[in-house]
Amino acid sequence: MLLSTRHPRDAVRQPRRILASSRTFTLDGISARPVRVEVDIRRGLPAFCVVGLPDAAVREARERVRAALTNCGFEFPLRRIVANLAPASLRKGGPGLDLPMAAALMTASGQLDWPGERRIAMVGELALDGCVRPIHGALALTEAAREAGEDAIVVPSANGPEAALVDGIEVIPLESLAELPGLEGGEAVERPAPMQLQLSAPAGGPDLSDLRGQRHLRYALEVAAAGGHSVLIIGPPGAGKSLAAARMPSILPPLAPAEALEVARIASACGRLNGGPVGGRPFRAPHHTISPAGLVGGGNPPGPGEATMAHRGVLFLDELCEFRRDTLEALRAPLETGWVAITRTGVNRRLPCRFMLVAAANPCPCGRGEADPDCSCAPLEVQRYQGRLSGALADRIDILAPVRQPSAEEISGVAGEGSAPIRERVVAARERQEARLGPGRCNADMTPAEARECEIAGDAAALLAEAYSRRRLSGRAHDRVLRLARTVADLAGEDVIGSELMAQALQLRRRDHD
Amino acid sequence: MTEPTPDACTECLRRAWLLAELAPYIEKIATGAPGSRSPELLRLSNEDLVAAAAPAAADRVLSGVEALPGSRMRGELMAAGCWACCRHDRGYPAGLEDAADAPWALVGRGDTRLLARLEPEAAVTVVGARRASSYGREVARELARELAAAGQVVVSGLAFGIDACAHRGALEGGGLTVAVLGCGADVSYPAAHRSLWRRIGELGLILSELPPGTGAWRWTFPARNRIMAALAGMTVVVEAAERSGSLITADLAADLGRDLGAVPGPVGSRLSVGPNHLLAGGACVVRDAQDVLDAMLGAGVRPLDRHGPPLEPALAEVLEAVERGEQTSDGVAAALDLGGAEVAAALATLESRGYVTCSLVGVYLRTTLRAPE
Repeated sequence: MLLSTRHPRDAVRQPRRILASSRTFTLDGISARPVRVEVDIRRGLPAFCVVGLPDAAVREARERVRAALTNCGFEFPLRRIVANLAPASLRKGGPGLDLPMAAALMTASGQLDWPGERRIAMVGELALDGCVRPIHGALALTEAAREAGEDAIVVPSANGPEAALVDGIEVIPLESLAELPGLEGGEAVERPAPMQLQLSAPAGGPDLSDLRGQRHLRYALEVAAAGGHSVLIIGPPGAGKSLAAARMPSILPPLAPAEALEVARIASACGRLNGGPVGGRPFRAPHHTISPAGLVGGGNPPGPGEATMAHRGVLFLDELCEFRRDTLEALRAPLETGWVAITRTGVNRRLPCRFMLVAAANPCPCGRGEADPDCSCAPLEVQRYQGRLSGALADRIDILAPVRQPSAEEISGVAGEGSAPIRERVVAARERQEARLGPGRCNADMTPAEARECEIAGDAAALLAEAYSRRRLSGRAHDRVLRLARTVADLAGEDVIGSELMAQALQLRRRDHD
Repeated sequence: MTEPTPDACTECLRRAWLLAELAPYIEKIATGAPGSRSPELLRLSNEDLVAAAAPAAADRVLSGVEALPGSRMRGELMAAGCWACCRHDRGYPAGLEDAADAPWALVGRGDTRLLARLEPEAAVTVVGARRASSYGREVARELARELAAAGQVVVSGLAFGIDACAHRGALEGGGLTVAVLGCGADVSYPAAHRSLWRRIGELGLILSELPPGTGAWRWTFPARNRIMAALAGMTVVVEAAERSGSLITADLAADLGRDLGAVPGPVGSRLSVGPNHLLAGGACVVRDAQDVLDAMLGAGVRPLDRHGPPLEPALAEVLEAVERGEQTSDGVAAALDLGGAEVAAALATLESRGYVTCSLVGVYLRTTLRAPE
């Protein structure tokens, strides 16, 4: 297609026509939507404008495209250029539209005759020298391209291994804009080797053997991992709360391949996959100053938050009481459903966030705990603090794990059990749960009806009934103890919950404030 | 045939309405020495009280109250779901007759038949600090639970801290508890204790000398303390700082010749100053409900079986570790070289048998329940 050279008067009589277009996709949350880039070149004062709800990064693409084209030896037409991003109602973000915009411009100005009849999408950010830089979400973009029926997708070569995870679509890695005309010949390009997905944390990473002493905490974490229960660790600073929480992924069962792909897709959309595959289950520990949108996701277009980034992994909230109330409230529904629903004007998105919650808090405002003679908190302050503790998401937390400062002998003593044997027991317990509840499910998400179907020995039922009346357990707390008891029994390999196991569950449960 | 409902004569009801009318004036003259003068003021006759509290408005206030028809006051009581009982009524609590400054009429909520059980020999007032430590709260709760289970009436003031724990303990013990308020009996003060206030109204009694709807004033708290002190044969102070309202209650109880008890606390703690001061002055040492019963009824008159269910050797070992001061499950596990699961089971069993209690943050405390020999 060549640039029109008619007299301006003739041009007025001619109907407007799109001179060139290219196909691409833009990231929306953790999935992608198709976008068509249309470029029109007309006579007039030299200008380059982009329309169709571009965000700041897309608007700046003009400068990158201009520099990349000229630096690669192509011509940047000194005419009036309009790039339209369709559909116009969809907000487009990110620098991934640089490459399709440049390609459409080259086609419109007659410098490129590609891809012709084939349906080929392209994504990529341009450097000023024409290099194609990696983008966020290449995995999701490639998947969307396959769903949309594209024959192939051009991706930045750094994103090649990631895009190659998607079967059923040709992946063309591109190093530089200058290589684009070389594709006109239509020879098959070698498919990059797909990235290896890590199903479990790499060896040599954080291991639970680093935790000295703290036998009860180890036990509580093991039960939490075995049943997918959320856990609250309470103890003075320096007792090893964060250390223990960071080792939680190492005792969780390895990811299933499909789960690993979900994790990779989210990591890719958040730009964390460029440095290589993420190791096993994610561990996210947002600071307590985080906003609700930062935690559960938000913005326009809606982007994933920490909760989604922790999907299939662990979300660790250190200093639980310091988090803003509305931030924690925002986490309530996602914890229950495993989804974050974000609604913006005209946009309704669901982001997955099935994570395990691990929270930590100090026992009182000064952190030492009331039992410590050095605790400087007024009793009323402690009461208020603990009241806040029982308000903050408390009804979504199953296990309470109090820790204390380990003694000098414990710290210098022998290392505890490593993560590997614990993980084996956890996997065995999870297998029992899946056999009972169905694939992918664990005790923590048993419905009340399922929880009440658990088989309980007579004396264990009596123990639960006694605790129910004496400690004034609520109905919800009653079911929570049942779920915990089921997990404890699964760890022990028992089909019936005996009194010893019920007692352990009762001890582990989170206490209600009264 | 129902019991005769308690009633109050119009004259005594007017006194209550007069106090409500005078509340802001009394507040003004009683603030000089915070609170302490109010019980003395309340000894005065209507005319003297008005003259002392509101000399400028004396005529207006007096004539206004005297013009109140009895039917209107009774209507207000009924509308608020309250009843009243005056010093001329048979149901008037016996303990109050000893006090020169006793309220003329008591406004109450709850089952009126329970009034008959409110004998000084069968009632214990448990008071203490609002900003109590978890030790104090746990002691108050257990003390009240055992006293209630032993048939004693537990009297307290519905305040934060020790008071609320005493009420809760008594309700847990399945006994009668009486809350004496410094505001109208239909007002839950503090508002945070609304559910507790409602439960006491259903299972126990709520008493006040003020008409329904009256708010709380600073002077009404020492004033209600004198009622609490007079209602019970013994007053026990659990935790109190140096200038605490609980000590006013203790003073008033001593003035009436009632028994006085205090729960000893660590000498270094600010909250132990009050009870330790009372102990130094000769108050009974209260370690558990047995001490209270011995002091009130005579040693050995009502022995409590304070022995818990039998303990297996492994449990006894864990209990010993808690007694030695291991307060967390981790500490017990380390001290006894046991695994987390075993310790969890042992502590939960001990808790269910009543030997230990566990706080919201997982701190274990030993109760006073004794292990069988």
